[in-house]
Amino acid sequence: MLELAIGIILGCCALGAGFAMIAGIGPGIGEGNAVAKACEAIGRQPESKGAVTSTMLMGCVIAETTGIYALVIAILLIFVAPNMLVDILLTAIGG
Amino acid sequence: MDIKSRRFKAVDAILLILMILPLVCALVLQVLTSPPSEGISISGAKVFATVSFPLQDLIISEAQVNSWLLIVSLFFLCLYLAHGLSPKAQTKRQLLLEWAFNALENMVHSNMGERFLQFIPFIGAILVLSCFSSLLSLFGLFSPTSDLNVTAGWALVVFALITFYKFKCGPWGYVKSFADPVAVLAPMNLISEVATPVSMAFRHYGNILSGSIISVLIGTAFAGLSSLVLGWLPGILGEFPFLRIGVPAVLSLYFDVVSGVLQAYIFATLTMLYVSSAFNVDEFEARRARKARKKKTL
Repeated sequence: MLELAIGIILGCCALGAGFAMIAGIGPGIGEGNAVAKACEAIGRQPESKGAVTSTMLMGCVIAETTGIYALVIAILLIFVAPNMLVDILLTAIGG
Repeated sequence: MDIKSRRFKAVDAILLILMILPLVCALVLQVLTSPPSEGISISGAKVFATVSFPLQDLIISEAQVNSWLLIVSLFFLCLYLAHGLSPKAQTKRQLLLEWAFNALENMVHSNMGERFLQFIPFIGAILVLSCFSSLLSLFGLFSPTSDLNVTAGWALVVFALITFYKFKCGPWGYVKSFADPVAVLAPMNLISEVATPVSMAFRHYGNILSGSIISVLIGTAFAGLSSLVLGWLPGILGEFPFLRIGVPAVLSLYFDVVSGVLQAYIFATLTMLYVSSAFNVDEFEARRARKARKKKTL
């Protein structure tokens, strides 16, 4: 029974990490749009390459934030959460 | 002091050795403390010591020790670069230093404007420290920026600066800015205020950590692939992971080098943008004029 419980915890942590990374879709699309528009702008006005590139980088970084949040949650779910949850389970059973 | 003199060269050599020594110390510490293990494992910073404190125990971890050693190393690097400066650039070292400082000055000037030129040392420190912290993983050391505590500390410093510059335009204006545009939105404004340092810390840490994790995963995958493909070779030839030579290095060029330098640049640029946009010049001038008028009437 205990093995089953621990198995459920580990499996759900892995599933949760996978589902959390669905959030990677949004930043991917957004950054793609930003870079496409920046390329268009550079194509139209090659002399403004420097300003466009740095502005695009900043925009990409801001758009990336949600993806990074999801990534941090996924990393926590894989590396930190299983040990913690199993500990909680064991203390609940033992105590 | 003459550039060619023996004393000058001796000082140079001493500074270079002092620069490399902390990194060697970090490597030795790493070798001494890491347990013998099979294969590759992904783990957080090792904890060297725990100092007991009333509220929460202070943990001295690998990330902190590495970043202290890096700071010492960078201090001697700066001394080495600034050693023997002359009004007319004579050495390659001085040309390099002048080029770097000009680039930094241009960056601060174009992003923050004339009023914030005193920020050049701070931005430079953030840029260099963050860049070299991320690149520390090239030496096989634990890079301090892949620990959330380090980047959160930097983000807190930036947050303090932002709040300070908002306060400079008047405390009442700072409080009132939360009820903008309507008072109902105050909780939202509070959240977005707190989200600034949180997102800065998470961004830097998440990028560097995910890069190093992906590097480790690629290394492990290539080892497995090598034993799968070349496992039929006799003896030690079959066990040796040939595919792990070279190929992961090309990928780590992006995940470790480019991403580390880019994140340093982004952290510095975000710092500049947030701090300079926190400071409302018109309001500051108006407040100063009002104060001056009050003083005159008294």
